[in-house]
Amino acid sequence: MAPANTHQAKTQFGYRRHPDQDRPGQNPAEHPVVIVGAGPVGLSLAIDLAQRGQRVVLLDDADRIGEGSRAICFSKRSLEYWDRLGVADRMVDKGVVWSVGRIFHGEQQLYQFNLLPEVGHKRPAFINLQQYYAEAYLVDRIQDLPAIDLRWRNKVTALEQRNDSALLTIETPEGAYRLQAQYVIACDGARSSLRQMVGAEFAGQVFEDQFLIADVKMTAEFPTERWFWFDPPFHAGRSALLHRQPDDVWRIDLQLNRYADPTVEKKPENVRPRIARMLGHDKFAFEWISLYKFQCRRMDRFIHGRVIFAGDSAHQVSPFGARGANSGLEDAENLSWKLDRVLRGASPASLLESYHVERSMAADENIRESTRSTDFMAPNSHQEARLRKAVLSLAKETEFGKRMVNGGRLSVPCSYDTPLSSRDADAWRGGPSPGCSMLDAPVATRTGEQAYLTDAFREGGTDFTLLSFSNGAAIDAPEGVKGIHIGGEGGLADLQGLVAKRYDAEPGSAYLLRPDGYVAARFRHPTAAAIAAALARAEDLN
Amino acid sequence: MPLSTSSNFARPDDAFRAIVEAHRGLTDEQSADFDTALVLILANHIGDIDVLREAIGLAKRRMIDGQQQQQQQQQ
Repeated sequence: MAPANTHQAKTQFGYRRHPDQDRPGQNPAEHPVVIVGAGPVGLSLAIDLAQRGQRVVLLDDADRIGEGSRAICFSKRSLEYWDRLGVADRMVDKGVVWSVGRIFHGEQQLYQFNLLPEVGHKRPAFINLQQYYAEAYLVDRIQDLPAIDLRWRNKVTALEQRNDSALLTIETPEGAYRLQAQYVIACDGARSSLRQMVGAEFAGQVFEDQFLIADVKMTAEFPTERWFWFDPPFHAGRSALLHRQPDDVWRIDLQLNRYADPTVEKKPENVRPRIARMLGHDKFAFEWISLYKFQCRRMDRFIHGRVIFAGDSAHQVSPFGARGANSGLEDAENLSWKLDRVLRGASPASLLESYHVERSMAADENIRESTRSTDFMAPNSHQEARLRKAVLSLAKETEFGKRMVNGGRLSVPCSYDTPLSSRDADAWRGGPSPGCSMLDAPVATRTGEQAYLTDAFREGGTDFTLLSFSNGAAIDAPEGVKGIHIGGEGGLADLQGLVAKRYDAEPGSAYLLRPDGYVAARFRHPTAAAIAAALARAEDLN
Repeated sequence: MPLSTSSNFARPDDAFRAIVEAHRGLTDEQSADFDTALVLILANHIGDIDVLREAIGLAKRRMIDGQQQQQQQQQ
């Protein structure tokens, strides 16, 4: 299938020789961080680390951005992260914004849901954007950051773990060379070669059902919503998904028989009648066709010596729920600040263990959610099918039935039960508890400009931040901690009262936010000592 | 609140009878469909995952006990 010819961004890159390749093999160049794999996760992590002042080498075995739309749904959380990396505006401008999904059974709509029913958030619940656009914009951003050394057609072929570094052998069009890295971050995808090199297992559940993805180009009047069918009239007995992408491209996902022959099913002449039945016409052109089966699995440990795994290399889920790329981006934002602190000597290397703890918790949650969705779509037994049938029929007349229908539970940030959090000592009726992600809310700046809490967090430099609600007396943040003040002289104005509401705040309340925007601790009446203790805990300095 | 296994109906025979009658005239397949819907409706009414798990545990134990009895009879 030919790639789309509508790319507005560069997708083809050249190999360039680097002076590191001229070093003798026994005296390789040394780098603090080498990231392997320039997909969304590796690119984002490189930008984040560079913005924190780290020098990064980013290797990719190809010299172009991959074909096909692949991951298309990027979550609010990912957009907030990309905001901090300086790329979200471009993604959102190009992307298709959506928050509403509809679930159909046969011809009848069972229910609809809104993933962001409240106002006052800078970013939408989701955008749909072809992965090649996302990658191209990230690569563009890297051009602004001289601290990132992106090397195309550099394929890692061997790994040797040492006490305090890892030695990589890298194959290029001009032969092999070696690099020594304090840390290697493997963002090299589901078929990760680094994972094989460390000899790690990647076990889990294999699903036998096959799904057909077709991206078709057409002008259509469907709304920008996620439509999901169980047993639609055009595809009897199976499920179907329709979703809009930019450039008048529509993602269609059809569940196939588990015994279907992939090579036959993939042929455009066989796909066309299926899609035509769905759309009621055949005035469309194919952009991309792919047939896939999927697995839900994870590595036992995300850290192997000096090699740290992030994204699909560490965990894999079924696509229903947009939990693949989004969870990989959450890996990147979780790892970046920790790795930066460790490389600067500000925290001990043991801080990295919390990356494994927190992100493997998230991986388990994503695997659980996506496995449940998959089992609902493709029941494993006669009785499972019967349970699904009962739920679908009950959904027509009961609210509880609607809520049991599982056509994919879409990605939201995981809450961490983590040693980096300090437990609540005060009473809270709401708001994000320690281990939860910060919530956005509208604020007004001193000059009266409309802004968002996530903007204030980003502008503070995404370091540890004390979000405090004024009681007339400013709280002293410990050294190195940024402050966001709500209310009071010089603070941000909470004109709609939504910040106080979302954070269950009273005058004097304060939240200590980690550099990845997670809540480390919160206080009704903070003292300098309590804040310092929570900070030390979150920095693993206890 | 734990699973209640004391007798909760004033007239237990009426409850048993109501379920029996609901199955009258159904094929095994239809009965299974009916039971499945009924389980989901009642589970939602209980609305307590711990009670549901306890109920599942009790029902499962009955099956295991039944299997063991069968095996012992075969021996």
